Amino acid sequence: MDIRFLFLFTLVVFATGNAARAEPAQPAGEAAQAVTTPIPVKAFQPPSEDTIPDDEFGKMVRLGKNIFTHTDKYAAKYVGNDQKCVNCHLDAGRLAHSAPLWAAWVRYPAYRKKNKMVNTMQERIQGCFRYSMNGTPPPADGETIKALMSYAYWLAEGAPTGVKLPGQGYPKLDKPKLEPDYERGAKIFAQNCALCHGADGEGVRQGDEQVFPPLWGEHAFNWGAGMHRINTAAAFIRANMPLGKGGSLSVQQAWDVAYFINSHERPQDPRFEGDLKATKEAFHNHQCRYGDKVGKTVLGQSSQ
Amino acid sequence: MKIRISVSLACAAVAYAASALAAPPSGKTIAQQGNGKGAPGCISCHGDKGQGNAGAGYPYLAGQPKAYLVHQLKAFADQTRKSPVMQPFASALSAEEMDAVAEYFAALPLPKTGGKAGTADAVGKRLATQGKWSVGMPACFQCHGDRGQGVAPNFPAISGQSEDYLKKQLEHWRKGERSNDPIGLMQSVVGHLEESEIAAVSRYLATLSPAKAP
Repeated sequence: MDIRFLFLFTLVVFATGNAARAEPAQPAGEAAQAVTTPIPVKAFQPPSEDTIPDDEFGKMVRLGKNIFTHTDKYAAKYVGNDQKCVNCHLDAGRLAHSAPLWAAWVRYPAYRKKNKMVNTMQERIQGCFRYSMNGTPPPADGETIKALMSYAYWLAEGAPTGVKLPGQGYPKLDKPKLEPDYERGAKIFAQNCALCHGADGEGVRQGDEQVFPPLWGEHAFNWGAGMHRINTAAAFIRANMPLGKGGSLSVQQAWDVAYFINSHERPQDPRFEGDLKATKEAFHNHQCRYGDKVGKTVLGQSSQ
Repeated sequence: MKIRISVSLACAAVAYAASALAAPPSGKTIAQQGNGKGAPGCISCHGDKGQGNAGAGYPYLAGQPKAYLVHQLKAFADQTRKSPVMQPFASALSAEEMDAVAEYFAALPLPKTGGKAGTADAVGKRLATQGKWSVGMPACFQCHGDRGQGVAPNFPAISGQSEDYLKKQLEHWRKGERSNDPIGLMQSVVGHLEESEIAAVSRYLATLSPAKAP
């Protein structure tokens, strides 16, 4: 009798336990968010590398790819820092959720709030050189832009034009529950990012080659680059960082670490004309720390 | 007589004290002769120039980043990198000795020739140079250097290690016998690889030379 009761009791406990585990409503907390962001199932597939044709066009596509992956070598005179195109556009501009080139190609020309005008693809690429690579925009009709255009066009072969393709840009991130925080960000940085980007965000060089890009300081992207915006950096980080472990940081962690990274000094916004406040008002009405005081430094003040 | 005895005793005492206080053996000494406390000379397995022994599956140590080597010795000792051979040797080294011997090997030049070369195929090359982004795996060379020559301080040279050694490491990451990778990067990478891909990329890397072509 006792044994039978115990048996029954055990069954009930197990059943209840299982029922509780089977509850589908997993709390939308950190654990629930800490999963790899899936590549969209219907993401456009750019053609495979080995199908670049062996002709004059193919030559230009290959040059474009080389400029894209080794910008410091193949377009050195237009690059003013230690960044390459491929640092923000992973897998040589092919990867969904990492601002793939094929998705950008079919969206230009487009109006951009950044400069309040319709931008051609050439102008958009020039912007990357001016801001993200803190350099000089290559001429629109020169070989560098021509090659990059050819590479983007080739990657987008077969993609519908004028369509916002799944996987374009960086996936927009939910707002964080807590205000992004410098101290929390610093800890996340030390644990997850410093391994490659260095304890002081300085990146890693080997010989004359950049292996891991600097994230702040004089060799990083400047105050006009999209990545200095906390929301943009957080979205990129959440989907793609640490490299090979995209989606492993929570939404909150991505915001915190993006806030930390972008709370450091970096090269001046090239639109700066001598008045920090005026530059901030004209060009920085978004989530960024340009002009903010961090410790004793006013960001954007010390950079030349 | 008494004086002579006490002098020689004093001498012995001084000598003993001196040996107890002596600096630990140099990195070179440990590499060549061991530390006299249970760690044999590294070169008996890893080659007189730290070039490894591809046939036996012993990796080269020459030219590897110092911080990486120290991290491995600690991992052998605490068994986050399981090796019945290396565990007792690493455990016999003090922190200073690990530092010294790592510095010695880090300063040697990377081997000029590849390890035991297999026949490379396109799959291995693609994984090493482009990765497998369809499942979020970056190229080996993205972190280990553009020829797999390593990137100090954290990423070891992988080119020219023997196919056996490389394959074994990837399998160990997969089985959890090696879990000393920073932020779990290698365990994550290996989770994306098929067994045939592990074999292919090991074969490919083994054919390369880590040292820069002259």
